[in-house]
Amino acid sequence: MATQQVVFLILAGGILLSALMVVSVRNIVHAALFLALCFAGVSGVYVLLRAEFLAVAQVLIYIGAITVLFLFGIMLTRHITGQNIPQLVAHWKWALAGACAFFFLLLHLILRSEWRVVEEVPRDSTTALGLALVERYVLPFELASVILLAAVVGAVVLAKQEGR
Amino acid sequence: MVPLSWYLILAALLFCIGVYGVLARRNAIAILMSIELMLNAVNINLVAFARYTTPVMLTGQVFAIFVMMIAAAEAAVGLALVLSVYRNMRHIRVDDVRLLKW
Repeated sequence: MATQQVVFLILAGGILLSALMVVSVRNIVHAALFLALCFAGVSGVYVLLRAEFLAVAQVLIYIGAITVLFLFGIMLTRHITGQNIPQLVAHWKWALAGACAFFFLLLHLILRSEWRVVEEVPRDSTTALGLALVERYVLPFELASVILLAAVVGAVVLAKQEGR
Repeated sequence: MVPLSWYLILAALLFCIGVYGVLARRNAIAILMSIELMLNAVNINLVAFARYTTPVMLTGQVFAIFVMMIAAAEAAVGLALVLSVYRNMRHIRVDDVRLLKW
């Protein structure tokens, strides 16, 4: 087995284990930390796929920003993290069955499909990505900043104390 | 070289774990975390397709960047909503938030 496949299997095992911990541990702070571990594994997968810029962006945005945001949210709503509050809804077995059924449907479709794989190896995807973002995709790129601004303003308005 | 279908199966598993988390968890913050897992699964798929089927165009990677950006916006607005619910009801158990359901 090639080195890349071994690395992939280790990363995949780490990602799936930490994702399972995110949806199953009782302590919500531990869930947030496992989420960071899962994001780190996904960043490794991006490196394997030769998407270096996305790997760095994953570390910066997901581990650096979103996980910290979740930790702040947990801190501000803190006494719901108690150990003896049930963390699952009453119908969780149905949810498990539905998720498993959906996975087997996806697995069936993935194994049955013919993927037209190109053997060409890309070089220097970061330069190509930067050029694509300011040439071909410049309008969505600018719209993205508007959406981010709207989200920031909306979050501030929603989280603000009323009556002040 | 790692076959494309391995990446797709990894993403499918991660997505289904996220689906289970959204449906089964009771805490609103845990549900937001599961949504992030699902978005990550989608991103793995997009980047894998960009690598294996269109390595020159990189459309998948550009799309993955936009998904990341929407995920950041969604996390910020979602957590603000959770804080707002918590301030009004003193808990964030989603099966007990049913003001609109008579």
